[in-house]
Amino acid sequence: MNDSSVVVSPASVDATLDLLDGQDYVADRRLATAVFLALRLERPLFLEGEAGVGKTEVAKVLAAGLHKPLVRLQCYEGLDTASAVYEWNYPRQMIEIRLAEAAGGIARDRLAHDIFTPSFLLKRPLLQAIDPDDGVAPVLLIDELDRADEPFEAYLLEVLSDFQITIPEIGPVRAKTPPIVVITSNRTREIHDAIKRRCLYHWVDYPDAPAELAILRRKCPHAPETLARQIVAFTQRLRALDLFKAPGVAESLDWAEALLALDCLVLDPQTVADTLGVLLKYQDDVGAISPAVASRLIAEARAEGVTP
Amino acid sequence: MTLHATSPLATAPPRGRLPENILHFVRMLRTAGLPVGPAKVIDAIAAVATVGVAQRTDFRAALATVLVSRHEHLPLFEQAFDLFWRNPKLLAKMVAALLPRVYGRIPQEAGQEIPARLAQAMFPPPRVPKHKEDDEIELDAALTFSPREILQHKDFATMTAEELAQAKTMLARLQLPLAMRPVRRTRSAPRGHAVDLRETLRRMTGATGAGTPLAFRTRVRRPPPLVVLCDISGSMDRYARMFLHFLHAIANDRQRVHTLVFGTRLTNITRHLKHRDVDVALARITACVQDWAGGTRIGGCLAEFNRRWSRRLLAQNAVVLLISDGLDAEGGEGLVFEAERLAKSCSRLVWVNPLLRYAGFEPRPAGIRALLPHVDDFLPVHNLVSLQDLALALTQHSARAGRMLRRAA
Repeated sequence: MNDSSVVVSPASVDATLDLLDGQDYVADRRLATAVFLALRLERPLFLEGEAGVGKTEVAKVLAAGLHKPLVRLQCYEGLDTASAVYEWNYPRQMIEIRLAEAAGGIARDRLAHDIFTPSFLLKRPLLQAIDPDDGVAPVLLIDELDRADEPFEAYLLEVLSDFQITIPEIGPVRAKTPPIVVITSNRTREIHDAIKRRCLYHWVDYPDAPAELAILRRKCPHAPETLARQIVAFTQRLRALDLFKAPGVAESLDWAEALLALDCLVLDPQTVADTLGVLLKYQDDVGAISPAVASRLIAEARAEGVTP
Repeated sequence: MTLHATSPLATAPPRGRLPENILHFVRMLRTAGLPVGPAKVIDAIAAVATVGVAQRTDFRAALATVLVSRHEHLPLFEQAFDLFWRNPKLLAKMVAALLPRVYGRIPQEAGQEIPARLAQAMFPPPRVPKHKEDDEIELDAALTFSPREILQHKDFATMTAEELAQAKTMLARLQLPLAMRPVRRTRSAPRGHAVDLRETLRRMTGATGAGTPLAFRTRVRRPPPLVVLCDISGSMDRYARMFLHFLHAIANDRQRVHTLVFGTRLTNITRHLKHRDVDVALARITACVQDWAGGTRIGGCLAEFNRRWSRRLLAQNAVVLLISDGLDAEGGEGLVFEAERLAKSCSRLVWVNPLLRYAGFEPRPAGIRALLPHVDDFLPVHNLVSLQDLALALTQHSARAGRMLRRAA
């Protein structure tokens, strides 16, 4: 992206709502406030919530809406600096050494100095976000931080508070413009308070029925109105049940697509039973929705689907 | 172009008494137990200055993003917000009503008891395993003559108050070495499974001769996370208190230990146990656990654990330590299913049972029979010696399922 396309960050909560809305992201006002503050105060935004409620999407939408590149770091256990921050380009360094030896007469300490310079550096996501090649501060998405281990979390502290990365051979690299940082967590592990303290925290909850209907209309415009209402009413009722893993928005969207693919116009017990695996991902949960329970939910959803 | 030319604090600060009121609000939250430091006040004022006070919802959300950092704190914040920003005096009154109770206890404890315990805490427990073996040898030599040795074999349930106090100090020194497991993280080592290119290249640039010795990296090993589920029902009362002393020592000795207690309901006491002073920690636990020495609903509590906590605590190959006598008020209802799920979601399930001390122990109660098939280790722990056995069992990495079980049956 070049300078002409830079979009000024929103000036108010309403503008933030519009920005998210413009990218087909239906956000509630609280989330919009959190996003607005994160942009304005230049603080990382920490989004926590169940899987499939649209946490990752916030970063993608921000990147698209603000015309900034998205740099994504997927976390996993054992994530280290070599794959998250930077790595030296060893093959190039070796060739450099061999060439120097072949040419002869180059002082060793000089060589050591020469091969540990930025030109031999491979940037991984974090360094890319702090020191972008094109100079445009990107949106940095640190996805599922709960999957990383504590040492990596500790490493992030420096990055998040000062937007700075220290490379022993070169020195600190500081961001000219801080990136927009979005951190997500599914809460499979508690993130240390020190990380949370540096961030603005927002718990992303399941949307209520009107919001979910709005999302469904945006993301799945082909779905007939009646079906959309029934899908929303049904999933909202499922979430109220005592399930091991309640279906997220992602699941209800998948379900809508699945029902459309099956040319289904209204919910009926047989189709629901056949497609329940799209919504529920645990056998116990699928088992808990017996035909009787399913019929009751469908009847309720149908009744609700009629009245707007 | 720069998007944010001015720093957040440079924006016009809210005028009038608003900053002061925000300060008071933050102080209220702190008194109510939310972890909000003084720096949060400045952040909160900056956030409010940015969002403005035109809309109540925005104002509330702005404060929430800064002042709330855990989902559990949100309801408290909401209540405090509603109360405070409607009528600040109302909340002040309510908190003032609570104050004598809160402050009346703390200064007393802090002022009088801590110095003596502090002195004890000054002697850190030995950390090297070698050291521990020496200890044991010394104990054997002192057989029957040392009161400590007698204490070691005495059942917790039959100890006098004085003996209990002694046992507590010994418990605090007990170590729980979990078997180390390799993780996906490496460190440099003289021999290892991978070449450390970074270090090797550094050596190459510095070496003068023809050959450069390769540098290696090896896997880091660290103990797995430990999750303790401790039964605090009436039948376990005496033992539970001892175990809490033991758990306090573990929780403060190592990372990644989570402790939950259950009777008729499940309570996470991890944060309380982290308090360095064992008596303060236990006082806080007693204050927050409502079902102390009551009935037991093992099935229901395990179900709640599986549903609410297992995904948050059992990641990264956790070991679960279940401390319970297995006597279930509900006759083991639903326990088979939940025990199986628990066993399948952790890397190792160790059941510690003080009832096993009786020679003629038979797994007759329904709760026990439901649990037994799913545990990897089944240990009798009713005195200090058996706690050391427990430590030993946890060091043996290869869990042989049902080994202890068969011995017991």
